[in-house]
Amino acid sequence: MSEKHLQNEHIDYTGSKLGMWFFLFTEILLFGGLFLIYAVYRAQYAQEFHNTAHGLSTILGAVNTIILLTSSLTMALSIVALRQGKKNSSIVFQAITLLFGLAFLVNKYFEWSGHIHEGLYPNAPELLSRSHGEILFYGLYYVMTGLHGIHVVIGMIAIAAMLWLTVRGNVSGENFNKLENAGLYWHLVDIIWIYLFPLFYLIT
Amino acid sequence: MENFYHRTGGYPGIFGWIFSTDHKRIGLLYLGSMFTFFLVGMTLGLTMRLELIAPGTHFITSQTYNALFTLHGVIMIFLFIIPGIPASLGNFMLPLQIGAQDVAFPRLNLMSWWFYIAGAVVVLTSLFTGGGPPDTGWTFYVPYSVRTGTNVSLAVFGVFLLGASSTLTGLNFLTTIHRLRAPGMTWFRMPLFTWSLYATAWVQLLATPVIAITLLLLIVERSFGVGFFDPAKGGDPILFEHLFWIYSHPAVYIMILPAMGAVTDIIPVFSRRVIFGYKAIAFSSIAIAVLGYLVWGHHMFTSGMSDFSRMIFSLLTFLVAVPSGIKVFNWVASMYKGSIQLDSPMLFTISFIFLFSIGGLTGLVQGALATNVHVHGTYFIVAHFHYVMFGGTVFAFFAALHYWYPKMFGRMMNEKLARTYWFIMFIGFNTLYFPMFILGWQGMPRRYYDYLPKYHAGHLISTIGSWILATGVLLMFYNFFRSLSKGEKAGNNPWNAATLEWQTTSPPPTENFEEVPEVTQGPYTFR
Repeated sequence: MSEKHLQNEHIDYTGSKLGMWFFLFTEILLFGGLFLIYAVYRAQYAQEFHNTAHGLSTILGAVNTIILLTSSLTMALSIVALRQGKKNSSIVFQAITLLFGLAFLVNKYFEWSGHIHEGLYPNAPELLSRSHGEILFYGLYYVMTGLHGIHVVIGMIAIAAMLWLTVRGNVSGENFNKLENAGLYWHLVDIIWIYLFPLFYLIT
Repeated sequence: MENFYHRTGGYPGIFGWIFSTDHKRIGLLYLGSMFTFFLVGMTLGLTMRLELIAPGTHFITSQTYNALFTLHGVIMIFLFIIPGIPASLGNFMLPLQIGAQDVAFPRLNLMSWWFYIAGAVVVLTSLFTGGGPPDTGWTFYVPYSVRTGTNVSLAVFGVFLLGASSTLTGLNFLTTIHRLRAPGMTWFRMPLFTWSLYATAWVQLLATPVIAITLLLLIVERSFGVGFFDPAKGGDPILFEHLFWIYSHPAVYIMILPAMGAVTDIIPVFSRRVIFGYKAIAFSSIAIAVLGYLVWGHHMFTSGMSDFSRMIFSLLTFLVAVPSGIKVFNWVASMYKGSIQLDSPMLFTISFIFLFSIGGLTGLVQGALATNVHVHGTYFIVAHFHYVMFGGTVFAFFAALHYWYPKMFGRMMNEKLARTYWFIMFIGFNTLYFPMFILGWQGMPRRYYDYLPKYHAGHLISTIGSWILATGVLLMFYNFFRSLSKGEKAGNNPWNAATLEWQTTSPPPTENFEEVPEVTQGPYTFR
């Protein structure tokens, strides 16, 4: 046991990175199915998608894009800080990242409630009275931003766990690959949004 | 000599297994769970066959019959054959074959098993709750799967969890093979079973997420009525079929590739010859994995697709036959002029080649557009995929089980009994499934609860075959469990194999090897 135990204590930094990248591939393919559906229906209902996208607020979308991009920056800064041995500033940057994540969700909440208030949600009588392209546009909008929102929540849970581990010293300047992996996940969440933003808000 | 059975990790009784991160214990956990589900699936199949013994209604209703073929499919595919060889024997053998102490992420490995069990529990719960067991067939095609009142959502969520398990296992194996090979274990000194696990792991990693999102969308569709697959809302049901088969065709190669890998390891040992065309076999695994992504459309030739797409899919389907053929010819060439020993692993292996060839060649009948229209949705398809899945994967699985049994348990199985039930199974298998080719060719549609009297003879023979096959399978399980305590003690290397797993003790110690092995030669160099 002792020898195996020792080997387990020794962390394979490259292996851990490799595993995380493999995992990110699966996430991209998970969203890939939705992007495929988007592509099919956008091609089929190009004009209606164009018209329906007017109903989304570009300002709210742009604000959320800025929020997520900045949070990716603070995430990266927290890793740099930890590697330079500045534990406290790393903790602050991680906390800011969490707050940005929360701000994104709050923003999204108001956006969704606005649409739901207008009766534009799946299977709503108001939405069903509109064109096929509009029904599918809003369907894709809710499903894709919804799945993305779930990923934001998962990312925030991961960062919160890292925050706790950093405070306790389990994640440190010598042992930072967990934080880096959480960061990679957060960047993935960011990158998916970078594609969702133009596909829903900027196509008019 | 202390082996891994003695090391409980500090937990009492069963907790020493279900909380263990030792890849060998996890492999055996999978093996035990899969055996259980296999017996359940087999019972469902036997029940269906019994109902079909003669035209007319006998002892189950048509709705029960619909539930039976759905469950038989879901259990056999998602709970037995997809985790299959990689999760059980692969988990046990992969680190041993490359000289590692464990997989790259042992805790993730345990979590995969927990996902698997959670998925199984959810699937089985769906039978007894809600609107009753799903009756859609294992393919969950819309629009019926959206409209049916049966418990589809829960079953589909269970399958989603099983998919997560499969993806994480693939991720784990990929990282293990990249990072944990022993000194001197170059890529081209790896046993070909490991190569096949490597190709399989890529498919698991890159195809499974697509079924995950498809199944989630089905749940969303049932719960919220979004309309992606509903023509009344502008959606397209065919799109579901595309998404489903984008995963489920590559999944066929998740099932068969490790089986091919296992027989590739067995043939040289029982022919006492080096494998013929090592690199060709290794690369053909990769080629099958890549081509397997591009042929999903051949499941949908009659669903509605342009002629041009159908021709492309048909062409690509024929291309998959090339790497498969390369493997078959290399296996046969490896046996040529070998000193062949017909022990039970080799008997199962040779029958694998025979049955898989029938399954593969009848696949070409369906890959060709004109004949496909004739046999689509008939018993011909049922016969074909049982020949590749059961005659192929499961016979290879049994071969591998007999081959690695001494390594896993330190004892030999009863060889005389093994040869007997191998013969019973081989006869039973062909009696059960061969008549289905003829029935299908004559026009008997699949998934039907009743049939015209002209199909009676074929159905009767087939049902009798199912009893013979089941007898063989039960005898095998009897031998398996009896030999755990009664089997004759096996040495470290009873088959005189050259791969690394045979160089350690049987059963192996927790750390697998006394010291990290140094590899200086290929996997099939017999002295």
